[in-house]
Amino acid sequence: MTITLSIFIPFLAAIFIPLIYQRIKSRHIGWFVIIVPIALFVFLASYIPSIANGSTYIHTIRWVESVGIHFTTYLDGLSLIFGLLITGVGSLVILYSIYYLSERESLGRFYVYLLLFMGAMLGVVLSDNLMVLYVFWELTSISSFLLIAFWYHRKKSRYGAQKSMLITVSGGIAMLAGFIMLQSMTGSFSVREIVATIGQYTDEPLFIFAMLLVLLGAFTKSAQFPFHIWLPDAMEAPTPVSAYLHSATMVKAGIYLVARFTPIFGGETVWLYAVSGVGVFTLLLGSLNAVKQTDLKALLAYSTISQLGLVMSLFGLGSVALQQGYSTDSVIYTQATFAALFHLVNHSTFKGALFMVIGIVDHELGTRDIRRLGGLMAFMPVTFTIALIGSFSMAGLPPFNGFLSKEMFFEALLNARNLEVFTTNSIGTLVLVAAWIASVFTFVYSMIIVFQTFFGEFHQERVEKPINEASKGMLIAPSILATLVIVIFFFPNVVGNYLLRPAMIAIYPTFAGAERLTPHIKAWHGFNPALWMTIGVVVLGTILYRFMRYWRGIYTIAPLKWNLDTAFNAGLTWLENGSHFLTRLYMKGYLKDYLVYIFVFFIIAVGGSILFTGSYSFDFSDDSSIAINEFLIVLAMAGAGLAMIFVKSRMTAIILNGVLGYSIALLFVVFRAPDLALTQTIVETVTTALFLLCFYFLPEWKKERSGKKTKIFNGIIAISAGIVVTVLGLAVQGNKMFESISVYFEDSYRLAGGKNIVNTILGDFRAFDTMLEVVVLFIAGIGVFTLIKLKSKKEEQDIEDQ
Amino acid sequence: MKINDVILKTVTRIVVFIILTFGVELFLSGHNNPGGGFIGGLVLSSAFVLLYLVNDIETVRKGIPFDFKKIAAIGVFLAVGSGVGSVLFGENFLTQAFGHFDLPIFGVTELSTVVLFEAGVALTVVGVVVTIILTISEDV
Repeated sequence: MTITLSIFIPFLAAIFIPLIYQRIKSRHIGWFVIIVPIALFVFLASYIPSIANGSTYIHTIRWVESVGIHFTTYLDGLSLIFGLLITGVGSLVILYSIYYLSERESLGRFYVYLLLFMGAMLGVVLSDNLMVLYVFWELTSISSFLLIAFWYHRKKSRYGAQKSMLITVSGGIAMLAGFIMLQSMTGSFSVREIVATIGQYTDEPLFIFAMLLVLLGAFTKSAQFPFHIWLPDAMEAPTPVSAYLHSATMVKAGIYLVARFTPIFGGETVWLYAVSGVGVFTLLLGSLNAVKQTDLKALLAYSTISQLGLVMSLFGLGSVALQQGYSTDSVIYTQATFAALFHLVNHSTFKGALFMVIGIVDHELGTRDIRRLGGLMAFMPVTFTIALIGSFSMAGLPPFNGFLSKEMFFEALLNARNLEVFTTNSIGTLVLVAAWIASVFTFVYSMIIVFQTFFGEFHQERVEKPINEASKGMLIAPSILATLVIVIFFFPNVVGNYLLRPAMIAIYPTFAGAERLTPHIKAWHGFNPALWMTIGVVVLGTILYRFMRYWRGIYTIAPLKWNLDTAFNAGLTWLENGSHFLTRLYMKGYLKDYLVYIFVFFIIAVGGSILFTGSYSFDFSDDSSIAINEFLIVLAMAGAGLAMIFVKSRMTAIILNGVLGYSIALLFVVFRAPDLALTQTIVETVTTALFLLCFYFLPEWKKERSGKKTKIFNGIIAISAGIVVTVLGLAVQGNKMFESISVYFEDSYRLAGGKNIVNTILGDFRAFDTMLEVVVLFIAGIGVFTLIKLKSKKEEQDIEDQ
Repeated sequence: MKINDVILKTVTRIVVFIILTFGVELFLSGHNNPGGGFIGGLVLSSAFVLLYLVNDIETVRKGIPFDFKKIAAIGVFLAVGSGVGSVLFGENFLTQAFGHFDLPIFGVTELSTVVLFEAGVALTVVGVVVTIILTISEDV
């Protein structure tokens, strides 16, 4: 129960932020916000001992029984790691933001979005039900959109936000389709139940599609090739956001999904090829692109893409163990997954620290272009130290945690070379070489961060602001992360035993008792191939870095300049033009055209179904005779209807329309339907008032001149619509296609305590419909208000294109 | 546009209260007799619309200083919230409870949580209708 609550706490806190912000309009608002992630972190951390002992926690709130959607939270080793990352890095990022963002920014909005994201992300990792997971998943995309566009007056921010939203949400929808396929195969939306039963369904034709669609969701979210193009543009967000969403948490949601679904799909070779192939390619591409960047944040963005590819490929390799079933030999492949989880944690620490450092440089000097920076070491010693620790860890050097996971990565690749699934040895070797080259470039760009920013000469005239070390507050958060980088290097097995082991059990439920599932992490293995590979990386990387200016020219070669961004933009323009053209085909801007569409559709759909089902036989035997007053009312209505066609003024037409409405209300009274009569009367009154209001805006009322053909065509439509309605009305009595369900509602007093059936249907039996109608009504009201009130005035300044 | 119809103004003063009372009565009696949140809300909003028609907007705004958008929002919140409330008691979403209580003055009275839901509906209707009409009429 408390775990379920922990998802909602960020959302609840987000509601109160605007209220507090009205009172305290300063940066100190952050101190209220930071309580939330810290409390949640402590709360989740308190589960570490019991989770490490193998227990899991599950809590269900029954929700939609009929389709199997329940609010189920499930806490196991895997979700615990992510939960700790989300809340832990979240606390540090908020601490950092307090000092980073100036008081002139709309901080209230910022923290609301951030809390929204935190809640959504916790929802993703803690949900067991696929539908609930999907909703939270899309919510992270939406909050990411809002955060990237935080400085919405910048054109680039809006572009980046839109791009990330389009790509991740389309991936999300593909994933939803995959989830529905899984449900239709297994009959359950619960991940745990699917894991338990999936073995019977692996031969179904849908299985492979479900897998690919789910992977599409994971790849778009985790910025894997070819969907990585949104991440560099997302760097327009404020730096704390980039550190939090676009390196430590949100982009890892895709990785979480892959890990979570490894027990479901991992037994397939396609999974291995897709996940590892895409992963290794992204790793290589990201590191190659990172080297050519001159903007430090863009460099980190590509580096994040590359590191995500690394983790992804490891998860793919780890699935081999599931393919081969449990045996002492196959356990060796689980090491890849272990390395993936370990690198995941390490990446969050060093990349978070690096992002914060870049933020500090940007904040203090007003630029983050490496061509303008240099020699900061003497002026910003603390910042330099943190950057050094982060970069060297990323490059895979001791004594930092990146070294350990990088070594394990190489080992996993070396093991994979012997795999039978790689039909020839050459594919395994190719992957190994690709990964090694990527590591060399990783080393190069890590060195760029340290040496080009902090060494060399400092030129005051190239930067915007006078140089100063950052304030102490801003340095706290990255220092904590940098400390962790070193601490994890010296005590890796604490992380391994308490966090990674339970997560491994979650990914390999069938391997639960295996001894070697969690290897003992050692910094020194002797001179094994993995260490030689690292030494090779360092040597070649240093050479490449030294002589960079000689080979940088290759980036200007055409094939490398060709990029997916151009394709994306062209596709977007094409899509916009296409849909504009298509819409213009039928949206003519004339009300009469739209009425024609509506009525033609109505005639075809309703008239067609009457013909098709043959229900046009009339049966008048049960009908009562028509009383004289009913006759009079109908006569009045017919008269009003006919007269409306010929009247000359709009006012008369409206009054005649009113006559129609009130007559219907009278008919309701005659047939003893007081609720309907009341509603009809009042609706008619309010509508008439609205009509009168709109009078002012309506143009001169004149007869429309149209050709004879159109007139005849419209006449035919009008008459057929009338005939269809009449036939429908007459046929309804005589043809009962289904049993009436009204018997159920007649028991309303016992079931709902109300004697008015209409009201109990609205408020009790079908309350969900009513609730949604109320929401729709509200949205419509807000829509009218915004359309009219917030339309831009001519003299107002256009803030769009700055 | 200024209308100065003395008869209409005088009649409105009394009629508005009758309409308002009728609206509340419709709202409260809804569960057992004709009425309910939707109709009650519509009647209430027609009373407000009448006020706005007879007097000008500024005068009415002095008398009724509510932001009707907020009223609509509170309504939606109540309607959805009454559904969430039942979840907190371990029931399905939107389950309503009712019971008969012996109250001092009213005698045996039926109290039901559906009233909260209906109040939400009524408030939304009032808020939205008045907001729409006010917005359009102010856009001159």
